[in-house]
Amino acid sequence: MDFTLKIWRQDSANAQGSMKDYKVTDISSDTSFLEMLDVLNQQLIEKGEDVIAFDNDCREGVCGMCSLYINGEAHGPKKLVTTCQLYMRSFKDGQTIYIEPFRADAFPIVKDLVVDRSAFERIQQAGGYNSFDTGSAEDANNILIDKETAAAAFDSAECIGCGACVATCKNSSAMLFVSAKVSQFALLPQGRIEATSRVLNMVKQMDEEGFGNCTNTGACEVECPKGISLENIARMNREYLAASLKG
Amino acid sequence: MSGILSSSLARKYAMALSAFFLIFFLLIHVSVNLLSVFSEDAFNTASHFMGTNPLIQFIMQPILIFGVVFHFVMGFVLELKNKSARSVKYVKNNGAANATWMSRNMIYSGLAILAFIVLHFIDFWIPEINTKYIHGDTSGLLQNGEGLRYFEELHLKFSNPLRVGAYVLAFVFLALHLLHGFQSAFQSMGMNNKYTKSFKKWTKGYAIIVPLLFIIIALFHFFNQ
Repeated sequence: MDFTLKIWRQDSANAQGSMKDYKVTDISSDTSFLEMLDVLNQQLIEKGEDVIAFDNDCREGVCGMCSLYINGEAHGPKKLVTTCQLYMRSFKDGQTIYIEPFRADAFPIVKDLVVDRSAFERIQQAGGYNSFDTGSAEDANNILIDKETAAAAFDSAECIGCGACVATCKNSSAMLFVSAKVSQFALLPQGRIEATSRVLNMVKQMDEEGFGNCTNTGACEVECPKGISLENIARMNREYLAASLKG
Repeated sequence: MSGILSSSLARKYAMALSAFFLIFFLLIHVSVNLLSVFSEDAFNTASHFMGTNPLIQFIMQPILIFGVVFHFVMGFVLELKNKSARSVKYVKNNGAANATWMSRNMIYSGLAILAFIVLHFIDFWIPEINTKYIHGDTSGLLQNGEGLRYFEELHLKFSNPLRVGAYVLAFVFLALHLLHGFQSAFQSMGMNNKYTKSFKKWTKGYAIIVPLLFIIIALFHFFNQ
């Protein structure tokens, strides 16, 4: 398969960026999107040009490192996959593909397609943990949790913090991410102990990072590679309201 | 901003609560207007009551005006803040792939409604305030003194096809605004559970039926001149 690629190139955080055109040819339909970029980078190396910088790590869809806004969608046109799980068979032969970094002022560009998502880490540090020692594994029946709640907590914990929610949201809101991190604790008895301070501190940090306000478009839920549901945002809204009243 | 408006979630609650209030007001408004289709007397009586009752005039009316202004100002503030959260736009963005047109364009449907409210104030509210509180005529009577004036005024306003067209268009935008806004207000207040699917159907029904009734009322008077 052959493709025309329009890729955002930017030398450094403060440099002026622009879209540059590239061609790749003879790409197997079973090549992953990141492998296709590897092929392009190999060509650039052979020509003595600067390679295109892009984030990646596990390439198994679990680490949350890969990003990319492909043809106007976070992680590309396929739903419930990260960019590393996107294969070139999802595109038409000869297609022009736009590749841009995740854009939000809270995710500043480092170089080319690499963005700094450490804002998410600071939100996590503001309360996305239990501060006390939960000890070693207890007998499974010591704390009873119904199946539905346990499954919901696990669904929330599936968030890999890739930032697709922010990238796809027209407001650059981080509420899907923050709400998933709030929910994975809020749903379980161990997480309830610090639930009040957790949601207040994490939302405060989220606002300080400069993310936009959620207007419930639902785009984040659709583009989330892990299918994190809007129910998490509603839960965070409830948690925050209750926490604000408690103080 | 400080205090209650300083947190992004507090702003969400404020938008949702003001939206619920305005949605409730719309229901009352359409109910009274609907009387004009069925009974001139009933509409006159209801309008006179609404227009002269001190609780409605001096408590509810200022609250309503505050609610409208607050919802609009907050909407603009949110739009500006949200736009500034992404100063470099995408070269290619496929918004339709993951969100409805209504949800992505609340500011535009809102602006259309705001323009309509200005027209509506010039049409009805300012003359009403002028008659009652500038000229001091709270009798509600026609100039010839034969019966109440409200139905006549309403009926006459809808003789102009341009005005009727503008009203119809505005209510289409109101429907588009409500299609996202009503269900969104529930989500903002933290309601997303096993009842959400049926609630969404109810809110969609409201978003279509209420503006449609306003349109029908305007057309009814236009075609019955």
